[in-house]
Amino acid sequence: MRLTPEQVERYSRQIILEEVGLSGQRKLLESSVLIVGVGGLGSPAAFYLAAAGVGQIGLVDFDRVEINNLQRQIIHAAADVTRLKVESAGAKLRALNPDVKVELYPEPLSAANALRIIGGYDFVIDGTDNFAAKFLVNDACCFAGKPFSHAGILRFEGQTTTVLPGRSACYRCIFPERPPDGAVPSCAQAGVLGVLGGTLGVIQATEALKYLLECGELLTDHLLFYSAREMVFHKVKISRSPGCPICGENPSITVLQDEAPAACPAEGAGGDGEA
Amino acid sequence: MKLIVGGKTKTVPDSVTVAELLELEKVETPGYVSVQVNDKFVRREDFAAFRLSESDRVELMYFMGGGRSRCG
Repeated sequence: MRLTPEQVERYSRQIILEEVGLSGQRKLLESSVLIVGVGGLGSPAAFYLAAAGVGQIGLVDFDRVEINNLQRQIIHAAADVTRLKVESAGAKLRALNPDVKVELYPEPLSAANALRIIGGYDFVIDGTDNFAAKFLVNDACCFAGKPFSHAGILRFEGQTTTVLPGRSACYRCIFPERPPDGAVPSCAQAGVLGVLGGTLGVIQATEALKYLLECGELLTDHLLFYSAREMVFHKVKISRSPGCPICGENPSITVLQDEAPAACPAEGAGGDGEA
Repeated sequence: MKLIVGGKTKTVPDSVTVAELLELEKVETPGYVSVQVNDKFVRREDFAAFRLSESDRVELMYFMGGGRSRCG
């Protein structure tokens, strides 16, 4: 692939970096990232990956834009309310950078489609909001051997880790099982400062770029915790757990399954499938 | 005795257990927190029996989702 003069100009501020150069930019343009959940985390991640010239970006989300999303899901605008999130986001990414091929998946990620969808991408960003989806992304990526970035946000805090399946600790090494619905606070109950999605989503995009460019040190085997209240980052060393139910020595999860469907708590009147 | 909890030095009663520390720290959902002591995970069923020692490094890790808890 030969970069056009316009591409050289568009990406000049990163091509100038020793770690990127023309070859790194070509790599990005030939790379693909899947973003599961186009919400608080997925919006900024998608924007920056498209701006950087990641050649193919897949967006998975079955929801429509609601007005209460706009406080943090910055890829959507007031005029997008009621529109499918993947369509709203896809239009913004195409407008930002015509180099990017955007694939839309207006469906919930499930055990039935996850391996097929994830299989077509180099890196996955978990921008989902709920634990069933977070465990599904982890499990699917573990089975597919697909690197991914996990993140979660709540109130004034967020946390993130990068997983290279089979090589570094996975989400289930830290949290072996999903908490029952309603057992731990959600953003709808406890709230979230909108900027948290930006801070954490942009870290996820950074990890994707570093992975694709093969530069720097990934946030593997560490959980990075961020407190906006104290303005402190705290990096916790984690290790693969021999007892991990999916990547441990005697895994109990051997086929990809949806987390047991539990009754949706009555609190949720809104409908976003992502942070 | 002193512990390093989440990178911060805390003074706690001697030989406190992990379960007691979670109480002292006013952890909201003690049944759903993952705990590491000196880089090793402590199993939840061992929280009540696991006694901490001077200068132990303790990390408390919480579930964080996002927007709302929705099925599927």
